[in-house]
Amino acid sequence: MNLQLTSDGRLRHLLTLDGLPRAILTQILDTAESFMDVGEREVKKVPLLRGKSIFNLFFEPSTRTRTTFEIAAKRLSADVVNLNIATSSQTKGEAILDTVDNLSAMHADMFIVRHSQSGAAHFIARHVAPHISVVNAGDGRHAHPTQGLLDMFTIRRFKGEFHNLTVAIVGDVLHSRVARSQIHALTTLGVPEVRVIGPKTLLPTGVEQMGVKVFHTMEAGLAGCDVVIMLRLQNERMKGALLPSAQEYFKFFGLTPEKLALAKPDAIVMHPGPMNRGVEIDSEVADGPQSVILPQVTYGIAVRMAVMALLAGGATA
Amino acid sequence: MKIHIKNGRVIDPMNARDEVTDVFVAAGKIVAIGRAPADFHANRTLDASGLVVCPGLVDLSVRLREPGFEYRATLESEMLAAAAGGVTSLACPPDTDPPLDEPGLVEMLKFRAKNLPGPRVYPIGALTQKLEGKMLTEMAELTEAGCRAFTQADAPPTDTQVLLSAMKYAATFDFSLWLRPQDVSLARDGVAHDGAVASRLGLPGIPALAETVALATILLLARETGARIHLARLSTRESIAMVRAAKAQGLAVTCDVASTHVHLSENDLISFDSHMHLVPPLRSLRDRDAIREALRDGSIDALCSDHTPVDEDEKQVPFGESAPGASGVELLLPLTLQWAREMGVPLMQAIDLISWKPAQILGVPGGNLTVGSFADICIFDETAEWVVTPKTLASQGDNTPFLNQPMQGRVRYTVIDGHIDFESPH
Repeated sequence: MNLQLTSDGRLRHLLTLDGLPRAILTQILDTAESFMDVGEREVKKVPLLRGKSIFNLFFEPSTRTRTTFEIAAKRLSADVVNLNIATSSQTKGEAILDTVDNLSAMHADMFIVRHSQSGAAHFIARHVAPHISVVNAGDGRHAHPTQGLLDMFTIRRFKGEFHNLTVAIVGDVLHSRVARSQIHALTTLGVPEVRVIGPKTLLPTGVEQMGVKVFHTMEAGLAGCDVVIMLRLQNERMKGALLPSAQEYFKFFGLTPEKLALAKPDAIVMHPGPMNRGVEIDSEVADGPQSVILPQVTYGIAVRMAVMALLAGGATA
Repeated sequence: MKIHIKNGRVIDPMNARDEVTDVFVAAGKIVAIGRAPADFHANRTLDASGLVVCPGLVDLSVRLREPGFEYRATLESEMLAAAAGGVTSLACPPDTDPPLDEPGLVEMLKFRAKNLPGPRVYPIGALTQKLEGKMLTEMAELTEAGCRAFTQADAPPTDTQVLLSAMKYAATFDFSLWLRPQDVSLARDGVAHDGAVASRLGLPGIPALAETVALATILLLARETGARIHLARLSTRESIAMVRAAKAQGLAVTCDVASTHVHLSENDLISFDSHMHLVPPLRSLRDRDAIREALRDGSIDALCSDHTPVDEDEKQVPFGESAPGASGVELLLPLTLQWAREMGVPLMQAIDLISWKPAQILGVPGGNLTVGSFADICIFDETAEWVVTPKTLASQGDNTPFLNQPMQGRVRYTVIDGHIDFESPH
């Protein structure tokens, strides 16, 4: 989508990983690598975004993602303002553009946006002034590009290359913006086999057209995998007719040591968090030697620093 | 007023006429074609050289937004828009506020419309009170007040027993029911066609099944009750096949599609443009191509604009929160012509789909140029090119998926009841 690239092919906004060139994904990962040691320094700051104003615009509540963006921005010496905008049903739409206009008038340089509607970040990006960048921090079921990127960063750190991997994404792909961003990133970076595993009620129509292989059992889907990504299962999924119960879900799709044994012995286990232990993942796996779930969180800061630095025009630490 | 329409290519599908000739209008009627009647002295001569003279268009779905939604559009603005689109008769769905569910409201609308320039307005009555899908409206009273048919518009009935009763009651009096097939529970929370594009964009889907499951129910009930059914705004390949089969079995059903769905598909959603948020949703290319073919082979009986002006603010929100619908009464003709050009369909057949055939579905005079009939005439330039912008549209609704796109074919004069209700400066 050209909306997020400048005419000379640089990153203008980060809205989705769908259609983003491989060179840009790699550039972000490389830049994140150069930021990895900032967190270890005595003064955990670099002056790249000094004087820049970054607004965390969260129309949907989030603690974890907002916090990592905030830390990332502060490590780049930016001024950060957090806005948690409760969406009141009658003025939702109006509020978005009004909020954006108001903050633009306060000389914002970047908006980090989370919204419950797919396409909300695109919508805002289309309306902001030319000097303002928009980073999508999650829009509906559509995209969560920085999460997708930090997952790629994690895979690269532990596996080195992408071209020889088999990656399985397990669970509620239908409602997951994380899964969509992961799929686009994995296919763009050249992973030859991306699998999704889940019951038919939790897989989107035509998901195979995104370049994935579809499996409905863990036994078949996990065999030979290098990377196993577990998705969060929201409790509300059990209220409708999508699933009968958390127990039955865990029985068939929860990641236990026994099921993990079907993957390659050196397979890593990932999860975007927050985890539902005993629903999609067994504690023994989550806390086990193959889990890289905590490193994912650490890398999230470096990756978000990289995205913000590249958008603001700078590059390295 | 006497009008001499000179030297135009007169295309009248009902009379199978396609020739360059003259049309003479007096006292609201077409008084002659070819040679002027004796003592005919025109007050106005319209030079139609190089233009097409055809029956005024009959649009089966134009939302005039009154009463209740005047912030979106007014009767004045939309009747002017319809005239600018060459439309001389239109059916107005009852999804106003309050809905057209009692005779007084229908009479008021007809009265207001009659006193304004523009097309003949034929209200479609609400099938159930407040369109709630529970209690039937007074269909006989509403018919006396001027309703031509009854519909739930975009609030499909949730209760099949109510639908069965409605059909039985309507069949008793031979009232026509216009139904847009949609299973409410299968469509719940959806905003886009449930397919590869919506999956990619993370937009909650409305499966094709939402239409076909409801359609199967309607067809079965229609067969049982003998009710006269018009199926509105079909959108899927499968539903067209089902209607084709039902017709082949002798069921007296008709159907229409919206002109937007002849040209657009789910692929047009890719940038989350809320102008592409339509009801029913834009479906796959396969569905769109099936619609294009079914219009050619006659399986679909009519094309309509499904004109739905909305306020700009209602589109200036993320896709899923935006009000669905497109303003389109001024694009019905050029979009029909575009389809005909692309499919190699003769002009006569294309015009039939937006004049004579819908006039029959609506059961009103018009849609033809028979001598002695109402002088409802559209005169257009088949080759005129223009660009769709808020300025080139008369409608108060600027919400069209075709914004800033070029169109070919533009109305020059619209004659309604023998009066020139619209003429373009060009």
